[in-house]
Formats: sequence, structure tokens, C-alpha cells
Amino acid sequence: MSQEAHNENMGAGHISTKHYIVGFVLAVLLTVVSFGFVMTDVVSKQVAVIGLFVAAVLQMLVHLHYFLHLDRSSEQRWNVIALAFTALLLFIFVAGTMWVMYTLNSRMM
Amino acid sequence: MNTDITNLDAAKARELEHAHHLEMKTFGFWIYLMSDLVIFSVLFATFAVHGKNYAGGPTPQQLYDIPYLFVETMFLLVSSVTYGLSMVAMQHNNKKMVLVGLVITFLLGLGFVSMEIHEFYGMIMSNAGPDRSGYLSSFFTLVGTHGTHVSFGLLWMGIMMYQVVKRGFTAEVRSRLMRLSLFWHFLDIVWVGVFTVVYLLGWMGVS
Repeated sequence: MSQEAHNENMGAGHISTKHYIVGFVLAVLLTVVSFGFVMTDVVSKQVAVIGLFVAAVLQMLVHLHYFLHLDRSSEQRWNVIALAFTALLLFIFVAGTMWVMYTLNSRMM
Repeated sequence: MNTDITNLDAAKARELEHAHHLEMKTFGFWIYLMSDLVIFSVLFATFAVHGKNYAGGPTPQQLYDIPYLFVETMFLLVSSVTYGLSMVAMQHNNKKMVLVGLVITFLLGLGFVSMEIHEFYGMIMSNAGPDRSGYLSSFFTLVGTHGTHVSFGLLWMGIMMYQVVKRGFTAEVRSRLMRLSLFWHFLDIVWVGVFTVVYLLGWMGVS
């Protein structure tokens, strides 16, 4: 494999215009859905909140797959492992903080 | 004859080593991005705790302009795609298209930052600055940290446009453009979290 060909694939997998267009269309759809939950009264607030979380997670996955080209290939393995570990940290930080602070808040009331 | 083969092997080994080195650089940059994600996650946690501490001050419903936010979001999303298309052009060694893509990405990113600064300015002027309440402190810290990242991305992009013009697609320039690509897409992912949690859920009075 020549040095140039190697560089192009480096950490990015195979890149194609179609990949970006598909990712863009999906991301726009999910963004419109998210804003729709807030700007219209089609669904109840409870459904809208859950919908917002689902749309955000889906959109992040779309970005990771179509823009950052993460997949299950061996070249991407360590990137994915690092991301998964960081996601675990993120969950511990956010959920842990909220748990501690809300419990504290309710005990102080 | 024997030495020729040895030289050839040595050259090949050097080339492989170089490629390996660049790959390690990309992975190292990915690890940096993950540590950056840790910073953002703590700021998200802070916002989750303080998001409703209005201290009698303005609430998200009074401060946010949702259609304005939608335009801002689209600027960043389209800029992510134009950067990606610029990288496709780099694969085909199309210097002109790479530069066109980078210029469009830069302008969209600049539009995003300008809209954010305009929003911050309006808020601070109407007595809704970071010192007003716990909610606003955590709002400005989280959204401001993201905006600062985008601004540094723009600076980096400006430098890369200069390097593409001056040096062309050398191995170093290519690898830097790939890392900026990771950085730029990463910031768009963080923005998805920001507009969902801070703006939309905040508007609904949830976070």
C-alpha cells in the first residue's frame, strides 16, 4: 500500500460523496423531528421529551457512522473501544452527578 | 543484487513505519477528542444540576429563539458535510475543490460563531449574563466552551487553507486535514447534545 493511499484511509475508512449525502439527509430529518417536538403540539410533553432523547442519540450515531466513519472494521477497533470507554465515563459523570445532587436536594427540602 | 534487495526492503520498511507513525498520530488525536468529551460531559452534568436554578431571573422560554437556533444548527451541520466533501475531493487530489469546500465550511462555521456571539451579546445586554443565575452560569460555560472549540477549529482551518495553497497535498498536510476533519465532526456531535439538552429540553422546562 502506498503512503498516500494509506493516508487517505487513515482513521477514516472509505470516503465517498454518497456516504456524506445519506448522512446529511438523515441528520436533517432527525434535527427537524427534534425541533418539531418543541415547535408544534402534535405530541404530549412526555412523549416529546423521550422523542428528543431518542432523536439525539440516533443523530449522534448517524454522525459517528456517516461523518466519522466508525464501524466494526479492525482499523476502527481501538477508536471504537476508546469511544465506548468514554461513553461509560460520560454516563457515570452525568448520571452520578444528577443522582447525588437530586437526592441531596430532596433530603434538604 | 543482494544490497539492492536490502535497500528496497529498508525503503519499504521506512515507508510502512511512516504510515504507521501517521496512523498513531490520528489515534492520539482521537484520544485527545475523547478527553475533550470528558470535559463536555462534566459541563453537561453541571448544567443538568443548575439548569433550573433561575434565581428569579429569566427562564429559557424568555431567552431562546428556537427558529434562530435551527438556522444556527443547520449552519454547523451543513459545514460538517462540506468539510467531508472537501475530504472526498482530497482523495481525488482535486486541490481547487478542496479549497472551495474548506472556504464554504469556514464561512458556515463563521456564521455559526457569529450567530452565537450575537445571541450571547443580546443576553448579556438584557441582564441575562453568566452572573445572573446558576442556570445562566452553566449555560454560558457549556455553550461558550463549545463555541470556543468551533472558533479554534476556524483558526486551524484558516492555517490549513494556507498550507494547502503553499505546500500542496504533502503527507503532513493530508494528515492534518484528516485530524481537523475528526475535530470538526466531533464538534457537530457535541452540538447535537447541546441543542437537545440545553435548548430544546430547557425550553420545555425539563433540564
